Formats: sequence, structure tokens, C-alpha cells
Amino acid sequence: MLCATSRFLAATALRAQPRGRGPAPRCRRRELHFPGHPELPLCDFLTGQLGRPSVPAGRRAILRRGRMPPAVGGGLAGSELRVRRGRCGSQAARAVGPDVAVEAAARSHKRPAPGSRHFEAAGRWALLALVTLLSFATRFHRLDEPPHICWDETHFGKMGSYYINRTFFFDVHPPLGKMLIGLAGYLSGYDGTFSFQKPGDKYEHHNYMGMRGFCASLGSLLVPFAYLTVLELSKSLPAALLTAALLTFDTGCLTLSQYILLDPILMFFIMAAMLSMVKYNSCADRPFSAPWWFWLSLTGINLAGALGVKFVGLFIIVQVGWNTISDLWHLFGDLSLSLVTVGKHLTARILCLIVLPLALYTATYAVHFMVLNKSGPGDGFFSSAFQARLSGNNLHNASIPEHLAYGSVITVKNLRMAIGYLHSHRHLYPEGVGARQQQVTTYLHKDYNNLWIIKKHNTNSDPLDPSFPVEFVRHGDIIRLEHKETSRNLHSHYHEAPLTRKHYQVTGYGINGTGDSNDFWRIEVVNRKFGNRIKVLRSRIRFIHLVTGCVLGSSGKVLPKWGWEQLEVTCTPYLKETLNSIWNVEDHINPKLPNISLDVLQPSFPEILLESHMVMIRGNNGLKPKDNEFTSKPWHWPINYQGLRFSGINDTDFRVYLLGNPVVWWLNLLSIALYLLSGSIIAVAMQRGARLPPEVEGLSQVLLRGGGQLLLGWTLHYFPFFLMGRILYFHHYFPAMLFSSMLTGVLWDTLLRLCAWSLASSSLARGIHAVGIVSLLLGAAYSFYLFHPLAYGMVGPLAQDPRSPMAGLRWLESWDF
Amino acid sequence: MLGFLQRPVVVTADINLNVVALTALGLLSRLWRLSYPRAVVFDEVYYGQYVSFYMKRLFFLDGSGPPLGHMLLALGGYLGGFDGNFLWNRIGAEYSSNVPVWSLRLLPALAGALSVPMAYQIVWELRFSHCAAMGAALLVLIENALITQARLMLLESVLIFFNLLAMLSYLKLCNSQKHRPFSLSWWFWLTLTGVACSCAVGIKYMGVFTYLLVLGVAAVHAWHLIGDRTLSNVCVLCHLLARAVALLVIPVIMYLLFFYVHLVLLCRSGPHDQIMSSAFQASLEGGLARITQGQPLEVAYGSQVTLRNVFGKPVPCWLHSHQNTYPMIYENGRGSSHQQQVTCYPFKDVNNWWIVKDPGRHQLVVNSPPRPVRHGDIVQLVHGMTTRLLNTHDVAAPLSPHSQEVSCYIDYNISMPAQNLWRLDIVNRESSTEVWKTILSEVRFVHVNTSAILKLSGAHLPDWGFRQLEVVGEKLSPGYHESMVWNVEEHRYGRSQEQKERELELHSPTQMDLSRNLSFMARFSELQWRMLTVRSDDSEHKYSSTPLDWVTLDTNIAYWLHPTTSAQIHLLGNIVIWASASLATVVYVLLLCWYLLRRRRSICDLPEDSWLRWVLAGALCAGGWAVNYLPFFLMEKTLFLYHYLPALTFQILLLPVVLQHISDHLCRSQLQRSLFSALVVAWYSCACHVFNTLRPLTYGDKSLSPGELRALRWKESWDILIRKHQ
Repeated sequence: MLCATSRFLAATALRAQPRGRGPAPRCRRRELHFPGHPELPLCDFLTGQLGRPSVPAGRRAILRRGRMPPAVGGGLAGSELRVRRGRCGSQAARAVGPDVAVEAAARSHKRPAPGSRHFEAAGRWALLALVTLLSFATRFHRLDEPPHICWDETHFGKMGSYYINRTFFFDVHPPLGKMLIGLAGYLSGYDGTFSFQKPGDKYEHHNYMGMRGFCASLGSLLVPFAYLTVLELSKSLPAALLTAALLTFDTGCLTLSQYILLDPILMFFIMAAMLSMVKYNSCADRPFSAPWWFWLSLTGINLAGALGVKFVGLFIIVQVGWNTISDLWHLFGDLSLSLVTVGKHLTARILCLIVLPLALYTATYAVHFMVLNKSGPGDGFFSSAFQARLSGNNLHNASIPEHLAYGSVITVKNLRMAIGYLHSHRHLYPEGVGARQQQVTTYLHKDYNNLWIIKKHNTNSDPLDPSFPVEFVRHGDIIRLEHKETSRNLHSHYHEAPLTRKHYQVTGYGINGTGDSNDFWRIEVVNRKFGNRIKVLRSRIRFIHLVTGCVLGSSGKVLPKWGWEQLEVTCTPYLKETLNSIWNVEDHINPKLPNISLDVLQPSFPEILLESHMVMIRGNNGLKPKDNEFTSKPWHWPINYQGLRFSGINDTDFRVYLLGNPVVWWLNLLSIALYLLSGSIIAVAMQRGARLPPEVEGLSQVLLRGGGQLLLGWTLHYFPFFLMGRILYFHHYFPAMLFSSMLTGVLWDTLLRLCAWSLASSSLARGIHAVGIVSLLLGAAYSFYLFHPLAYGMVGPLAQDPRSPMAGLRWLESWDF
Repeated sequence: MLGFLQRPVVVTADINLNVVALTALGLLSRLWRLSYPRAVVFDEVYYGQYVSFYMKRLFFLDGSGPPLGHMLLALGGYLGGFDGNFLWNRIGAEYSSNVPVWSLRLLPALAGALSVPMAYQIVWELRFSHCAAMGAALLVLIENALITQARLMLLESVLIFFNLLAMLSYLKLCNSQKHRPFSLSWWFWLTLTGVACSCAVGIKYMGVFTYLLVLGVAAVHAWHLIGDRTLSNVCVLCHLLARAVALLVIPVIMYLLFFYVHLVLLCRSGPHDQIMSSAFQASLEGGLARITQGQPLEVAYGSQVTLRNVFGKPVPCWLHSHQNTYPMIYENGRGSSHQQQVTCYPFKDVNNWWIVKDPGRHQLVVNSPPRPVRHGDIVQLVHGMTTRLLNTHDVAAPLSPHSQEVSCYIDYNISMPAQNLWRLDIVNRESSTEVWKTILSEVRFVHVNTSAILKLSGAHLPDWGFRQLEVVGEKLSPGYHESMVWNVEEHRYGRSQEQKERELELHSPTQMDLSRNLSFMARFSELQWRMLTVRSDDSEHKYSSTPLDWVTLDTNIAYWLHPTTSAQIHLLGNIVIWASASLATVVYVLLLCWYLLRRRRSICDLPEDSWLRWVLAGALCAGGWAVNYLPFFLMEKTLFLYHYLPALTFQILLLPVVLQHISDHLCRSQLQRSLFSALVVAWYSCACHVFNTLRPLTYGDKSLSPGELRALRWKESWDILIRKHQ
């Protein structure tokens, strides 16, 4: 303690010098930042004096603890505060530093009278209410148009109906978003009877407004969230207002919020997580207080929500994780905190940011599986054991013979998720694709053509003849699989497989079960000894072709049209045990054997959870673009290269076109470049030890810290898409776009302040900041006025046509509205 | 003037015998019986064919990496006087006498041998003891996998060499930075860093990882320089500029240089011509150049042309039509226009010829002087052999029902008028009145009535369409795509008025004189783009493995088996070294975390200078391992054990560093230290023993009995070849 005190004294002594320099320029700035028009509160908002109350609180904390000389509190520069950090004993002072520094730039010492503070607080609320109202107004305006299915509503609306009907389905995204849509529909009186067949179908009497309204209200909340986040990060109302305006007036965000889609829900949770993280950061001076706990756990809840809607939520988790780690690292380096306290901090974060989200995320799945208890279109994607849970599925409450015997009729399912059943049908491989014999494929859906009969390899007698005793199939037996419908044998030979050239072709061969020695397969159970019986569902089996020694497997590749787009079955010469070549027996019919109940096979919840994730990941990886298809590339997105048609093609249709407001988007793009430039200039200057005036120091802290958080958010939500192999769409950029709009708000406000500061002596400087912000606001609003038909829908000639009102607005040739 | 005469000329030689001995050992281990086996071993079959192409100067395209590596191997062949005449078709094939096996394998072997003394130098430059440096070099020396890979005509050892060189020269630069920046040696090492990095990238794309690592470390150091307030601003600026030039500009120039040499060397048309654009093909000797040489440049009304699709996927093909019509009713019950089929055909054929016609005139010959077609002009395309006009209309295409059918119009059906006007849209135009040029212009045909665009859909038509590729009119065109772009490949001015004459004319080859050359940058960017996008069919391989198998050495690759005896070569690591290197990495990371946490609480276990050494060694060695290993988890291509070797080399360098650190800082008493040294010696002799045991599989010089082979199969997953009948 003694040591700490002496260090403290040294620090105070050091501080004396810069403080001595301080006041003169600060007075000048004060004049600038309070232009002295108390009778015009709006002007005050715009020059940004309202972010005040939190700082006096911090300063009061210092005073209360009595560790800090009272005079220190004022306009300290960030660097001085960094010296203080970690040395003064109070936790309270720890995180005040940056905030004070921020304030130093944005405000003056002049304390307003209490009355005017009330007035200001009311003004703040009024402004927030205004922003929210405007956002809701724009999002709900003409929400019911068009009264037909737009774009992906066909999927997500349908999935909402599935929840209402409790039918099991499969989707590549986690269930929360669709569950919420279903819930919204249910509560608003939609009965789940609309079939959501294809875009353009009329809703007619079905109640779709509940679902759209739900998405639109979440989408509307994005604007106030962004407003509050920026306000918290920059303590500047103009920056927050600018951000809110950019988002409110962005046609893209508007369009995306107006339909039954997952994106508004996803963005809602992302922005809510960001906001609560920022709020919680600003509570750092009062750890373990009620608001601290509130924001921390709210962050966790929102993370669970974001991940529960789409896996894109992982990016915000990375961001929060990064923030938490650096936060903990600072706490850990603070020698005034005992290790026990640091341990408490760590535990609190683990509880709120890992345990809580995981529990909630799992809970969404529990609800998902509980609600969807009827067999539906998604069954085939899942393993046999999984299907036994679904009522209506033939495995539900079923009882089948346990051990395979000769003569059994079976279906064979690949163990790899989403490959399906071994299948054959009365179609031959086309000319030029191996031998012209009957096709063998895998098929995801249940069908009579999935049935096979197990026979002995050397006799064609009917084993079901009652005179024969039951003979069980054992591990290592040589068998023949006969296709029940066509009486052809599963056959392989030295011809290359249709798609995987290094594998052998598998066909159906022979007449009425009589074939040749290429029909013989050795059945093996993985990891079992010879002579064991083979169990239904539970045994993992492989079929090894006797003549060529290859293993029956499915490559998972989709056959062309001639194969009905089922999946390719091959015989692979590589004997490695991969799931592609392991199968299990699912249905089993043998009248001579006693049945057992399948209930013992019911998988546990963790197994179901794991399996559904595997299937989702596979499904996501399966969404690959084809060669000659147009796909949206990530580099198209920030430049607003191309939009997405939500509805309508021809000039008589009601057309909605998802396209960002080009003014906003290009401003965002410019801002990122400017940010990188100004940020690196400031960073280099600081590294070179340049002495910045306190105002500039404060502004650069806003730029580097607040802006840095937002830039990180943009980077995390944008660049990973370059690495993704799956098919991508324009709308994937919108989370990143939210972050870049916030960055724009912070950047322009800070730059204009810097500009004004450097021109402070001239009379022009007084208004430069206000004029700059107002012109940006008006610009955004005017461009929205120009482009609003994109979002609210337009009828009439296409933009190529000079008669169209949008004719002059087709600024890029690639926009086709 | 003659002052230098007043002093004697003194040469002081400072020879580190350790380095000499290590170099000798390295050479011995890598060059011993280099030309054995005299047969194609594993991937030599793959690199060998490219060597042959270089010798014959035929153009080829290999997507696996930039050309420097192939060129170095070819240099070996060139020095050995190889004429390129060998059929590289099968692993294990005996080399004929004209193949200079020794000199083909020499360069990789030299690179592998020099890696040994370099490992010594690097650890020494990291400011660890000579003992540790010797340890590192000796470990590299007896690593079986590195030996196997270096003794054959493969590229990994060269890549490792340049990786190490980049690291070494950067360390030399750092160490001379303190005393005498901007001295001659400082410049030398700085430049060498850039050059070595670019060579590493030039051999395999994988070299980028090491390059990025070096750039990262250099950036951190530069950031410290910026913060160094003892230096003037100008001085800092000079430092930054010098680094930018050496580490950014030089590598780019070198990289371009590799391609320049590559393109200069490969001047003849070769097996992969078809993948490249017509303009590129025309720049090669022979091939398309022979056909297109002397064609008129400007397409005029009356020109006879073949139109090639620019996208070239699934196969390069030309716009084609023939007398057969679309079937009245398709298999799925939809109807067609029953007009003449238009397809895309991947072979040269007389039916690929089209005539550009002015809609306002009837004749199909070129006026004199020719009237060139410009961007934005409306044209009709007449099929040469059938004189029908290219047409599209609102009928669903056979395989892509959302697009329009494209046909050659036949007036069967009164209700369906001809819609055969197309607007020419030159994509790569520079001005709005640009003339349509042979080969060079990339054009789109926009249908005047429906604004559909002529497009290759990529689907194969069924039997009725002779499995040719489907061509459609794309109505919903969301922007530019190469499958909608065509270029004129063969071109001549039509002369014959009569159909019979014209058919004869179409059958005769084009001939005229005019040569065209593409600039280097255009050729470079096209080649580079194709190399990055060419898709090798995802081949499953018997010996492919996953990155997780590598760390534990759960996999091996059988490279070669003697045709009669059981002598064989495997890529198989020294398992003691692999295991201890991985262990060392884990120890390093744990220790680093521990120290970091303690330092954060202001407890410094290490003195400042040894802490800095420790961090730098970790950043380069553990970092080198991480950047060369972890990205493989994200890759979707087929992976093999040898992809791990660059990472392994870095890991091996880390091993003595960790050992020395443990002995210096963690062994508290002299007794502990001696015990630890004894342990290290025992461990090293163990590694030597393993090396010796696996030696027959590394050099393949000894035929082992089945029993001995079985005894060598230490892991279930190792695939060691045992002959059944012997």
C-alpha cells in the first residue's frame, strides 16, 4: 500500500505540468462548443452537449472515495488518465478515464442550472421518441402491400405455418426466428392453412399482417438501437441523429424489415446485443451493480437470440467475446484489484455470456422439438432413431424384428446425415454412363423403391417358406440384396461411377434375382467380431463387394436430370471408414420373427441436438452455386452493385426491389476509407508522441475506441463471407451495413468537430459543424424521397423506359428495377 | 590515389566449422545415391510432365501453384541436357536413358541440404546458444520425412528452403538494425528477405503464409520504430520506405518476373490451350494462331465468323446450329417451337459458322470497302450452312424453362413471327462507337424485341440435341456474367453470292496475313486468373489425409515400391521428433500464457532481454508453424501429409529453443540442469535410433523381409506395402 501511495504521489506530480497548460485553449473551445444560444435548444442538440449526466456521476464517485484531488476531475486528457489507471485504489475510477476524456472534448465545464438539465433530459427523451416514431412510421407505411408472397416469405412463412401445424421440417437455420414468426402468426390469428407455395401467390383472406407486423416492429427498433449505441459510444447527439437518419432513410433496411423474413429478427438481436454490450461497458465503473448485471445478462440473452436465428449470429458473439477478453485483460492488469475480485469478474462473465446463452439456445431447441412432434417433410434428413420420435412416421411407436434374417425386407439408410435410403428404380443409366443397367441411387424420401430383400448368395429359394428354419444374417456373411420392386440384384463392376470417376458403378442387375457373381456382397458390422447377428437400427454395417473388394457408399453428389437429382451411389475402392460408406437397417419386415418395440431406441436430447446441428451444417455446405448461375459476390455488396427482386418483373407487376439507398451506402463506403485514413494518422501521431490538444485528444479517443468497435463489427460481419463456399445473397450484407452506418455517424461528427476546432478563430467555424450535420441529414432524407418507390413498391414502366418516374435514377446499369 | 597500395590486402576468414560440418552432413544425407531409384516416384509423375513441357516449350496450365517451382525443376533438366522426351504416365515406370535423373533431383536435394546449416543460423540469430543451434540443425538433419521429400523431384524442400531463408535474412536484418542501419549488409539482408519471400510464394501459394508472417513481424517492428523518439521523422520515414520497397514492391516485381519468364519460355501452343481465351491462344505459336493468323481484324456486314463462348464452362464451345429441330413435345410434356436447334458445340465444325447480316439489306457478302459493325448496331446472324436466322421468342427453353428458347427461325407457324434482330453490345469497349474486332472484342447479343441476352446455360441437351450444350435467351439478367459473352474466333470476309459457293467457302480454311500480340500484363492477368479458378476434379486419393492426422503422424504416403523386391520409399516422419516438436509447441504456448499473465500482474520472471528473445522466437517459430498449418483446416482440396512439412520445419526450430529455455530458466539447481542435459542427450539418441530404423523406408535402398516390414508398422494406420507372394 505504501508503495502504491508513493507511486500515486509521483503520478500526481507528473500531472501538474500539462494541467498548467490546459486552461487557455480550453476556454476558447468552450466557446465553440457552446455557441451561446441557450434559447435555441435544437442547435444545442446538434452541437452535442447533451451527453452529460453520466460523467458528473463518475466524477462524483471519485470525490466520494476521496482518493483523487478534486481538481483533477475536469478536462483531463486521455493520456493523463491512462497514467492514473490502475494506480488509484478505487474501482470506481478505473473506467471513468476514457469517458472523461471523451467529455472533455464534447462539452465544457459550465454546469447548467438544474432547470435546464431537466429540460435537456426531456429533450433527449423526446428526440429518442421522435427517432423511434419516425422509424416505425416508415416501416409500417404500406406494410400490407403487396398482398402476395414476396421472395423468401415463401420459405419462412411456410415454416411459421409448420410450427402452427406442429409438422416437422428441416431448415439450414436454427429455429428461433421461425418460431417467433410462427408465434406472431398464431397470436395474430393466422391459422397455418395458407400453403406459401411460391412467390406471387395472393394471401387473400389469410391473415399475414401479424407476421409482417412483427418483423417490421423488430426492424423498426434497429434505428433507436443504433441511435443509442452511437450516443453511448460518442456521447454526441449529432452523431447519433446522423446514424438514425442514415438507417431510417435507407431503402434497403426498410425493404428488408417489411416482409416475413429472418433478417429483421437477426438484425434486431445483433443490434440489441451490441447496444447492451456498449451499455454494459459504460457501467464498468460500477461493477456488480444492478444495471451492470442487467446489461451483462441482456447481452448474453441477445447473443443467444442472434445465434438462435441464424449462424451469422456467431460474428456478434466473436465481437462480444473479443470485447470481454480485452476487458478482462485490463482488469487483470489492474494491480489494485485482488485476484479474488478478478475471479468474480471472470465468473460473472462466464455465467452471463457463456452459460446463459447456451442454456437459452438449447432451450429454443427443446421448444422446437417439443412443438414439432408430427411427421413432416423433414423426416428423411434425420437418422432412423430420430424419426421414431415423430408421430405419423412409420417408425413412431413401431415394433419390428430385432435381428436380420434371410428373407427380411429392409430399407438401408446411409449413416451420413442427409444422404438417405439406398434406392433403385426402373430406369437405366443413360448411354455413355457406365453399363446400361438399372440405376441405384440414394433417395431422401420414403418410397416403395427403397425396399430390398436379403437373400443368400448361392440359392434363390424363398427363405420365407415356412418349411425352412429362420436363419439369421451374421457379421461376415456373403449376401445378395434383391430390389423388391424390380427383382434386380445390387451389383457392381469395374466401370467408373457416373460422377466420382475413381469409384465403381453400382447398378441393379439380373432377372428375378438371378445374376452373376458381381452381385455378392459381404456384410460387415463396424467394430464387431465375426459371427455376431445384425441388429436393426443399431448396427453400423458396411457392404463389401466380393469380386472387386470395394465398399458400397454414397458420394453425396447430386445426379443430373437422368438420375432424377437423387444422390449418386458408388462402390469405393478406398477402404477408409467414412460415414459415407456406413449404413444402417431402418425398416425391417419379417413375418417369421417376433417384433420388439423401438421405444428403447429413443435418442436423448443431447443426441438430437447434436444430430440436428450436423444436418444443418451439411445442409448449409450443400448450398453451392452452380457454374453458369449468377451469384452475388461479397465485393458487390458495399458498392450496392445489384439489388434483389422481391416481387414483380414486368411493368404491369407491383415491383419491390431490395437495394440500399445509394447515397447512404456510398457515403458509408467513403466513411470507411476516411476512417482508416484519419484513424491511422492519429495513431501514428500518437505513437510518435505528438502532443495533441486535449480536445483533439478526446475526439481521437472517440474515433479510435468507439469507431474501432464499430469497424470491428463491420469487419466481422462482412469479411467472413469471402471465405464461404455456399451461395450468397445481397441481403447477407445488411448486418455489416448497420455497423458501417454507425461508423459513418461517429466519423462525420468527429471530423466536423475537428474541422470546426481547427477553424475556431473565424466566425465561419461556429456553424460549420451544425451546417455539416444538417446537410448530411437533409441529403439522406432527400435521397430517400427519390428512391422510396423501390421499397414501397412501384407499378408502371421499368426504369430503362424514359417514361418511368425512376428513369433518371438508374445510376448503375446493373440495377434492374 | 594509390593509397590502397600502402596497406597490405588482408582477408580475414571467419569460418564456423559447425556450419561447414553441418553442410557436409546435409549434403551427404540428401545427395547420397540420388539417382536411385531410377524410376518415377510418386508426384514426380506430375512435376515431370511440366518439366517436359518446358523442355519442349509447350504452353500448359497448372492450377496448383505459380511457375517458379516448375521452372526450377526444369532448370535442373536443362542443365542435365534433358530433351523432354519421356512419357510421364505411371508411378514406378523406369526412366529411359535420356532422362538425367541426378540433375533433375539435384536442386530440391541441394535446397534440402542447405536447410540444415540454415536451421543452425536461424537459432543462432535468434540469440540462443550454439548448442541449441546445433540441436536444431541436427534435428532437421535426421528428420526422415524431410529427407525423403528433398531427395526426389518435388517442391516442398525448395519451399522450405526459401521459407527459412526469408526468416534468416529477416533476423539478420533485425540484428544489424541495432548497430548500423542502412549499411550495405543491412540493405543486402533487407532485399534478400523480400526476394526469398517472393520465391516462396512463387513456388507454392502456400508460401504466402510465411510471407504474411514476415510482413506481420516487420510491421510490429516498424511500429516500434515509429514510436522510437530518438529517431528523427525523416529517419523513420526512410526506414519505412525502405521496408515498403523491399518487402512489398520487390516481391510484386519478382512475382511478375516469374510469370514473364514462364510466358517467354512457353511460347508454343500446348495441351491446355482450350481453357484460355481466343486472344491468348492466338498469342501462342501453332494452334489457334495458325488458323487465325491473317484474319481481317474488323468484323463487317457480310463477315463469316465463329462465335466462342467466353466463359468456357463446363467446356469451351462455339455457337452452333444444325438442321434438326427441337422436338415438338419434350419428355416432361412441355411444348417447343419446333424450330431449328441452336446449341453450343465443343468441337470445330462447319456448322459453327455464322454470317453477320445487315437487317436492311439482302446480300451476304462484304462490300468493298467493308462496312464495319459497331457497338450498338442492330444485326442479324445467319447460320452459314442452313441460311436460317438466329431467333429467340417467348417459348421456354428446353432445360432452363425460366429462359427463352433460342432457335433458327423457320416459318412453320404463322402465329409465331420472326424475332431475329440483335443489338450488338461490346462489353470491353473503350468508346461508344467501337468497332467489333475479331478475337479481341467480347460481345453480348441483346435481343431487340425482348431484351433477352444470348447465353450458354451450361446444361447438356438430351439425345435429341446430341448432348450438345444448351443456348438460351436470358431474360432476367442480373448483370454481367461471362456465360453471356461471346467473341469471334475465326473470321473472314464472305465473297460468294450463291449458297452453293458459300458452302464451299465455309468448308475451306481461312487464310490471310496479320499478326496480333497481347501485352504481357493482359496475358499475366488472364493466366493468373485461370490458374486460381481452374477447378481440379476433387480427386479422392488413397493416401490423402486430414490435418488432424498430421500432428500425430497417423498417416503415411507410399511413394514407390521396387518392381521385384520389397524395397520401398515412404513419406514417413521421425516419430520421436514429431511428437516432441508438438509437445514443445504446447509447452511454449503454456509457458507464454503463464508469463504473460504474470507480467500483467507485474511479476517478471524473465529478464527483459531474454523475454524479448523468447517472444521473438515464438512469434517466428510457433507463428510459422501456426500459419503454415492452421489454414489447412479451412481448405477444401485434397490434402496430403507433405503439406505439413513446412509447418513441421518451423516446429522443429522451436524445439531446441524450448529446451534451452527450460534448462536456463526452469532448472533451478546445477544438478537439475545436468539431469536435464542427460535427458536431452538420451532423447536425441532415441531420435537417431528411430531415424536409423526407418532409414530403409526413407532411402528405399534395402529390401526388407515381410517380418521386418511388419515390425516397422508401428501404427495401425501406417500403410506399409507387404508383398503377398515372395
